Amino acid sequence: MTVTQDQFTRAMLDPGAAIPAGLANPDGRPATRRFDVYRNNVAVSLTEALEQAFPVIRKLVGETNFRVLAGVYLRQHPPASPLMMHYGQEMPGFLARFEPVQSLGYLPDVARLELALRASYHATDSRGVDPARLQSLPPDALMASVLHLAPSLRLVRSDWPIHGIWRFNMDPGAPRPEPRAEDVLILRPEFDPTPSLLSPGGGVFVARLQAGDTLSGAHDAALDAAPGFDLAPLLGHLIAAGAITGLTEGDLP
Amino acid sequence: MLDATPFDRLPHAPGVGYKPQHYADILRDPAPVEWLEIHAENYMGDGGRPIAQLRHLSERFPISVHGVGLSIGGEGRLDADHLARLKHLMDWLKPASFSEHLAWSTHDSHFLNDLLPLPYTVQTLSRVASHIEQVQDTLGRRMLLENPSTYLAFEESDWSEVGFLAEIARRTGCGLLLDVNNVFVSATNQQTDPVSYIDAFPHAAVGEIHLGGHDEDEDETGAPLLIDSHGAEVVDPVWALYTHTIAVGGEKPTLIEWDTDVPEWPVLAAEAARAAQVLEPLAEPVA
Amino acid sequence: MTTTTNKALLATAVATALMGVSVAGTANAQAQEKCYGVSMAGENDCAAGPGTTCAGTSKVDYQGNAWTLVDSGTCAEIELPAMADGSPRMGSLEPLERDMPAS
Repeated sequence: MTVTQDQFTRAMLDPGAAIPAGLANPDGRPATRRFDVYRNNVAVSLTEALEQAFPVIRKLVGETNFRVLAGVYLRQHPPASPLMMHYGQEMPGFLARFEPVQSLGYLPDVARLELALRASYHATDSRGVDPARLQSLPPDALMASVLHLAPSLRLVRSDWPIHGIWRFNMDPGAPRPEPRAEDVLILRPEFDPTPSLLSPGGGVFVARLQAGDTLSGAHDAALDAAPGFDLAPLLGHLIAAGAITGLTEGDLP
Repeated sequence: MLDATPFDRLPHAPGVGYKPQHYADILRDPAPVEWLEIHAENYMGDGGRPIAQLRHLSERFPISVHGVGLSIGGEGRLDADHLARLKHLMDWLKPASFSEHLAWSTHDSHFLNDLLPLPYTVQTLSRVASHIEQVQDTLGRRMLLENPSTYLAFEESDWSEVGFLAEIARRTGCGLLLDVNNVFVSATNQQTDPVSYIDAFPHAAVGEIHLGGHDEDEDETGAPLLIDSHGAEVVDPVWALYTHTIAVGGEKPTLIEWDTDVPEWPVLAAEAARAAQVLEPLAEPVA
Repeated sequence: MTTTTNKALLATAVATALMGVSVAGTANAQAQEKCYGVSMAGENDCAAGPGTTCAGTSKVDYQGNAWTLVDSGTCAEIELPAMADGSPRMGSLEPLERDMPAS
């Protein structure tokens, strides 16, 4: 009796399915509990991987609820690669559709924030550009330049207060989140990704820089979105964290 | 043709599976640990702390790369992307050793995050051998193949596990990683004799030994069922089997594996010290 | 606003931003030594995202088949008023009516 890996996998992911014939106990009887060891290993190891990947989602819904949710997720979305550091990419979309959490509209964006933090942690290393390089350029030339951003930089924009929700769950002294939309910038000065709340216009500004717009183009877009947008603190923050790794000087008019 | 470099370039001394929480302890006082093993997949990111730590450790310690995701026992082809990531890691790290498992973990492009069993037949033997040849050709070096912990048997198997591993090593030139805890776990679960397994093993091909802890459970008939949890100390019967293994096969690089409920460094170092005692029972005789 | 004032504003902003900025250098040994990753200090378990091990685990809990604990998480402490479109910003977990797939 040949047991194919397809049969083995299907039975492993469905605890209600029959165990393939041809798998035996030492006494020759069909394996039951021994097959459950594999079922358990797969379900528990993937659940634990999701617990590590989404600590804030887990706190929000509660540990027991999260395990149930993870059990459904891991069967719908088994890992697509052996790199567990990337497991959970479909979680935002899953949470947006998963019936029991429909009342918690912010969960998908919080999951996106958690994925972005992890992506930043494993991103390519880079060095920040020397501020003197920027200082040496005439303002016109700087304005027309395209800034190169660190591979570890991530921007997560949301209609929900995801930064406040994240802090409320990760920082014991943090206040309750304010009801507002929040854009979060993740920078990794050394090895630890740090999320910070962007002031109005900041999300548009960083998004335009990511899209390859010039400094002046990004600035204009930010001012359009938020007339009070103040470039100086954000630019200083980016430079100090080494998040600007270089620039391409544009054509001057 | 692969070069004739011996696959056992690790010290014939204790090593441990590297855990980031032990980074400072290891740099401060690693004794009696002389080498480190890492799980390949945890160092396949693009950058950041994991790779910086590994780069630094590799300047001080011989490193063994232990893969857990190639699915060498899989029915399908090896994942070309994953093999390329492995080659990249091996090329910059230049480790002392590379090992993988006689198991499968990927099916239909889904990674199942467990080391799953395969039957031992003529068909699976030629498939595993061809996968190992592909890995060795890609990496340009010989690898070690590890015996698994198993919880059940395949009725279709017509090779013994030892015979299967010996034939794989003979055909491909690969070395073997003898996990003594896995021998004990599988022998208990399959109700066979672990000492006979060790005695029949092709020790000349062994480039590394693993030791680890397991959990005790039982099946629906009350028969013992051991689980390879890597979450506790090595038990005395496994130490006895290890001592027998060294007596039969000679001193080998020996790794303490502890992957879940990872203890403080001194606990791990004490396990390594116990392995050192077995490896060098007569060290430093009084003149 | 005119392009000219925009440029002037920008130049001032950049000059202000660059004043006294020192860039984070290459990571120092102390930063390398820290064992926590994406989980921040105080919450960390020394795990840099999901890790991979070759260990089995004997925790038999895949049979869990009911959505039992409602509002056991911190979501119950977060009160967000309705959004502009009227969709609720606050809510509680709802028990599933049907049986959950065993997980």
